[in-house]
Amino acid sequence: MAAKVLSRLVRATVAVGASIVMMASVAACGPSASTPGDDRGSEGRSTGTSQSARSLDAIKKSGKLKVAVFSDKAPFGYVDKDGKYQGYDVVLAERLAKDLGVEPEYTSVDPAARVDVLSSNKVDVTLANFTVTDERARKVDFAKPYMKVFLGVVSPESAPIRDVKDLEGKNLIIAKGTTAEPFFEKNYPKVKLQKYDQYADAYSALQDHRGDALSTDNTEVLAWAKANKGFTVGITKLGDEATIAPAVQKGNKALLDYINEEIVKLGKDQFFHKDYEKTLAPVYGDAANPDDIVIEGGAD
Amino acid sequence: MHGVEILLQPGVFPRLFSGLWVTVWIAGISVILSIPVGLLVGWLMTIRNGLVRAVMRVYLDFIRIMPQLALLFIAFYGFARAFDWNLDATGACVLVFVLWGGAELGDLVRGALESIPRSQYESAYVLGLDSWQTFRRIILPQAFRRMLPASVNLATRIVKTTSLAALLGVIEVIKVGQQIIDANRFLYPQATLWIYGVIFFMYFFICWPLSLVARHLEKRWAHD
Repeated sequence: MAAKVLSRLVRATVAVGASIVMMASVAACGPSASTPGDDRGSEGRSTGTSQSARSLDAIKKSGKLKVAVFSDKAPFGYVDKDGKYQGYDVVLAERLAKDLGVEPEYTSVDPAARVDVLSSNKVDVTLANFTVTDERARKVDFAKPYMKVFLGVVSPESAPIRDVKDLEGKNLIIAKGTTAEPFFEKNYPKVKLQKYDQYADAYSALQDHRGDALSTDNTEVLAWAKANKGFTVGITKLGDEATIAPAVQKGNKALLDYINEEIVKLGKDQFFHKDYEKTLAPVYGDAANPDDIVIEGGAD
Repeated sequence: MHGVEILLQPGVFPRLFSGLWVTVWIAGISVILSIPVGLLVGWLMTIRNGLVRAVMRVYLDFIRIMPQLALLFIAFYGFARAFDWNLDATGACVLVFVLWGGAELGDLVRGALESIPRSQYESAYVLGLDSWQTFRRIILPQAFRRMLPASVNLATRIVKTTSLAALLGVIEVIKVGQQIIDANRFLYPQATLWIYGVIFFMYFFICWPLSLVARHLEKRWAHD
């Protein structure tokens, strides 16, 4: 019978299939001792399971600090023409890793993935222009801030948006997972939001006039409008002042303390102003004052 | 032709090709591993056991109904949180594409095997072939012909779907393109069209030969 023959064939495929599953699971699991969900969110979270964040010792031992950065958001995190990560966030990442005696290992993230890469322990720290919000602070632990920011709105010079009221009934382009998303949903529900997964696509949409304006951090839109003729930042300060800070997995206190100490220490020799000069000044020129953007030593 | 100079910048093409290699690698490994999985699934779908069939049905429907992106997020973030399966981004992609490719290919295998008339088996036995010979020399060549065009089509779909890997942080060809566009957005604001244009041709020259082969075989075997 055919079934009998097939079973012979299948025995081989079962073996292959099983070995694939084995390979995948061996590669995938470390020591899997924890039961999911038993201590999530509680204080005593870091109990040495492979799911919870790596300790400082583990990071030092591995020789690599895993950092989530943007790879398409110049001048904060981007990849230059030689394929190297560059930008304001990357300069800090290099320094944090150097002072730990390890090398940085970058993971490219999209805005919406910044919380998940931490909570699923893909990286040790997120340094991706990460604005501190209450909602995010419930899911990750923020260190001391190193930048401050408002929302800004960029629009074509031919049809500039100078007041947030002008946006009502119009299409506003935003990137998913940014602070602009909840801000407009909550405060200006009449604004039609056009959401994109990736920054590069959001900006392309604005250039193609698929929306009337684009909103994200004011630093970001200022830099972009300066480089793209025909666009202007009609609204430079919208919403409350927000700060940008490194984030680690909830409960990873050792790494959080280390980063906080570093930020205070670096503030003493004006590290972030130097960082600004190196990465942001060439882009903003005189469109912005460094003291309006940089926070040294975590400030208060 | 404004902005076309971007393509002449040193590093642009080498980087796009290195991204393309990641795309091809993920797609290639996924397709190769899908073959044994597909054969196994296809066979399980044909056996006369209600339970096995039901399980296979659920597996196939689940994989088909779920968007690949959702499956990728489950494999990448969900497994890490729920089971401590900390797959890296490439591993999560290969796992999802193999499960997906295996399910789809399995359905093709099932369809091909079931489409071979009983008389083919019976005639072979009458001619004195044993069951293994019958399968290898009579059934398999026919089933293989029937499923090949659709399988090649499936392979091109896997190639195209690898672009979703960018959303897990895999630096494949689309992501490299976005990085180049972004890094040059001050110098070459028009780079978007050119870079995506090049990427289009890269995908095209991978998928097109596959389509050609599929069409050629379809024609050649149409009347066998």
